[in-house]
Amino acid sequence: MIKFFLMVNKQGQTRLSRYYEHVEINKRAMLETEVIKSCLSRSKDECSFVEYKDFKLVYRQYAALFIVVGIDQTENEMAVYELIHNFVEVLDKYFSRVSELDVSFSVSEIHLLSFFGVCSSSYCLHSTNYHSSQWRCSPVLHLESCSPVLSSARGELSSKIAIFLKILTLL
Amino acid sequence: MGFNGSRRCSVWLKRMPAPIRLRELIRTIRTARTQAEEREMIQKECAAIRSSFREEDNTYRCRNVAKLLYMHMLGYPAHFGQLECLKLIASQKFTDKRIGYLGAMLLLDERQDVHLLMTNCIKNDLNHSTQYVQGLALCTLGCMGSSEMCRDLAGEVEKLLKTSNSYLRKKAALCAVHVIRKVPELMEMFLPATKNLLNEKNHGVLHTSVVLLTEMCERSPDMLAHFRKLVPQLVRILKNLIMSGYSPEHDVSGISDPFLQVRILRLLRILGRNDDDSSEAMNDILAQVATNTETSKNVGNAILYETVLTIMDIKSESGLRVLAINILGRFLLNNDKNIRYVALTSLLKTVQTDHNAVQRHRSTIVDCLKDLDVSIKRRAMELSFALVNGNNVRGMMKELLYFLDSCEPEFKADCASGIFLAAEKYAPSKRWHIDTIMRVLTTAGSYVRDDAVPNLIQLITNSVEMHAYTVQRLYKAILGDYSQQPLVQVASWCIGEYGDLLVSGQCEEEEPIQVTEDEVLDILESVLISNMSASVTRGYALTAIMKLSTRFTCTVNRIKKVVSIYGSSIDVELQQRAVEYNALFKKYDHMRPALLERMPVMEKVTTNGPAEIVQTNGETETAVLETKPPPSGLQPANQANDLLDLLGGSDITPVIPTAPTREPASAGGELLDLLGDLNLTGIPSITAYNKNGLKIDFTFERSNTNPSVTVITIQASNSTELDMTDFVFQAAVPKTFQLQLLSPSSSVIPAFNSGTITQVIKVLNPQKQQLRMRIKLTYNHKGSAMQDLAEVNNFPPQSWQ
Repeated sequence: MIKFFLMVNKQGQTRLSRYYEHVEINKRAMLETEVIKSCLSRSKDECSFVEYKDFKLVYRQYAALFIVVGIDQTENEMAVYELIHNFVEVLDKYFSRVSELDVSFSVSEIHLLSFFGVCSSSYCLHSTNYHSSQWRCSPVLHLESCSPVLSSARGELSSKIAIFLKILTLL
Repeated sequence: MGFNGSRRCSVWLKRMPAPIRLRELIRTIRTARTQAEEREMIQKECAAIRSSFREEDNTYRCRNVAKLLYMHMLGYPAHFGQLECLKLIASQKFTDKRIGYLGAMLLLDERQDVHLLMTNCIKNDLNHSTQYVQGLALCTLGCMGSSEMCRDLAGEVEKLLKTSNSYLRKKAALCAVHVIRKVPELMEMFLPATKNLLNEKNHGVLHTSVVLLTEMCERSPDMLAHFRKLVPQLVRILKNLIMSGYSPEHDVSGISDPFLQVRILRLLRILGRNDDDSSEAMNDILAQVATNTETSKNVGNAILYETVLTIMDIKSESGLRVLAINILGRFLLNNDKNIRYVALTSLLKTVQTDHNAVQRHRSTIVDCLKDLDVSIKRRAMELSFALVNGNNVRGMMKELLYFLDSCEPEFKADCASGIFLAAEKYAPSKRWHIDTIMRVLTTAGSYVRDDAVPNLIQLITNSVEMHAYTVQRLYKAILGDYSQQPLVQVASWCIGEYGDLLVSGQCEEEEPIQVTEDEVLDILESVLISNMSASVTRGYALTAIMKLSTRFTCTVNRIKKVVSIYGSSIDVELQQRAVEYNALFKKYDHMRPALLERMPVMEKVTTNGPAEIVQTNGETETAVLETKPPPSGLQPANQANDLLDLLGGSDITPVIPTAPTREPASAGGELLDLLGDLNLTGIPSITAYNKNGLKIDFTFERSNTNPSVTVITIQASNSTELDMTDFVFQAAVPKTFQLQLLSPSSSVIPAFNSGTITQVIKVLNPQKQQLRMRIKLTYNHKGSAMQDLAEVNNFPPQSWQ
């Protein structure tokens, strides 16, 4: 079971957080700082699984951003590791070479992606379909019409949409 | 008029600017340079949002809630947005609904009463004409639905589970998982819908269906039995995944839909556990996955990992198990740290069942102890402890002690406890055991657990011949450094007990050192004075000094002086002890030697730490000298009941080997010791039993202080040419007597009378009746189990009169 999904930068600022279990709001900040501290203290050639309290953290670093997923003992750590990478690949394709800035500004979009995709729940990721053709004209993508980035994206329909939906399904 | 009116209108409108967009907010917050500035900005924005909510403004509600969610993520309270989320959900616009559901999932949970209001909205949306709205509702329900909501809406979910729309079906399946977790009674409701879930082509639906089936199987054994018939179908799906060529839809680094493969493997694991038929059906496919998966990328390794876990869990054939362990062995040698970590974790899971196979990789595992990575070190340490057995204990201990020296502080406590446990179980000799413990105390002294001190003291008292050696080593250890509390405590206790051996230089094992009584007292006094000593340690030291008053000859005055000084100590515990000891010097001087006598051998209660599974850890012989009593105190009682049956008598009391609590505390506690002084007047010893080469002699001791106690020491010897192993001695006495059986010195009687087992029996005979005893002997000899009963009637009158 996935307990939480965090994207935190090196200074400890949370760019995206998704908790699959209820955690008090003041505890969240503490959790995030502790988690990032334990991830930062590891060197490049140490393994990506850290044991933290009674669950495990699987983390991956992408430039200045750490993606950390908290899992419990029943989960296959390497599959989650793979999942993180998939997620980033998809974000990359969607935002064309995603950067931390994109993540900071498009928080609600990414949230929406994650909510459509995985059922909210921590039990598993949803679909792994990358290019579902049935998603071609999804109104899901018609996000706030005031958003400049997406209105340009709408121009290049199907492949982007498909990938977009891939993200949805992955979380 | 109209012109004036419109100007007034435009003025009025200007007072309510449109709320800023989320991006603007983010941009503003990013410009904040300090936490205080950020907080200020957010508070301002919160105020604006609150007033906007009060205005009941429909157009911008969506934007405001999005901003609120962002602020919530940063850690600021956002509870006032909860009702607004509900309003958004109820709106007809899709964008509103979307943000509304998002807000509900982030802000609301079961604890808020507000969430129940959502139930109706969700119900309507589940029946909406647009699949996306239905999807939203399903997601939200599956995320934060409470049990009441789930109960109400389960029917709708079940209906959606049966639709042909795969988008909805997969979400409905995950929602069903959540419903089952919240309300397990509803599981049967979803059963008919699962009938043809696996027939889907869509991987998304397959994936979530497998999750649903896994959840149902985990929760209910009936479901498990029911779904076993799906094993062939699952095997087929897995086969298709592996054998099919490149499919762009599901490909990840060359492997087709690894996530689904992993899920199916996990479900197969649950289905195959403890079931021969299913396990057999899976054998082929597991072998195929194990051999065909490419291991160059992480993806392949993830699948192999899951496969290995499955093979180890089901009733697979031995060839497959060997394959699995080999895969793990290969993982261990891989350069990638992640893979090594995963290998160590799985080996830990399998070490209980396939111990010998894992032993083969012992050297690699021990090398991992030297790795720089903390996670790997921890796993390697746990696995090493699991692998220690009688054969490799010396080598492993060396490595583990070296590890203890160099590891991080967070490991030291666990490592120290592990070493103590392993040493207790597999120590090849007493001296080695004591050396090992000394080493642990000196290197990681401050990290050992509190109960290690009494355990160690008890161990030392039991190894009678090592007393001189032990006390000498301990003395040397604290000479230089007395900051490690457990070490100092043990050392003070030992010096107090065996100080005479130390001063007389009687050590055989090592070069004896020349120590004077004054030097010993110097050390103990410095422990007392030192700021680093805890008050418990000081207590130990003071008591030790007091005990030395009977062991030492020329420094009694000095001791008296020290003790009287502490009679006015601020520490209440020390003060009490000092005052009592002072009294001992002044008024009760005649009792002093008796009170401060050497402590008798203490019995072990249970080993420290959690209950240990008794396992042989790959050993074939049980010829390990142990000083442990028979495993459970219940066992002799049961067998004594057998004795009762045989004796048919109501006049026999069962034997219960008692285990008095161990208190290596002050000698003052020994006032109750019945064995205060033993009278070794010549009571003749008897041969209680002599048959089949086994001879048991009884020697007697009576106590002067308590004439109804008789202490019998039995000695069992073996004149045959083969050892007798697992020797257990039990006794029963008539009802008027009370019996206490202490632990035997070992359970093996060596052949050719080359050694004996000694055991102490205490008999309380308040009515001074004639002593009689029935004994039962069980042992293994020449490969067969032997058992014998006998009655002992030839007790000499001096032993009980």
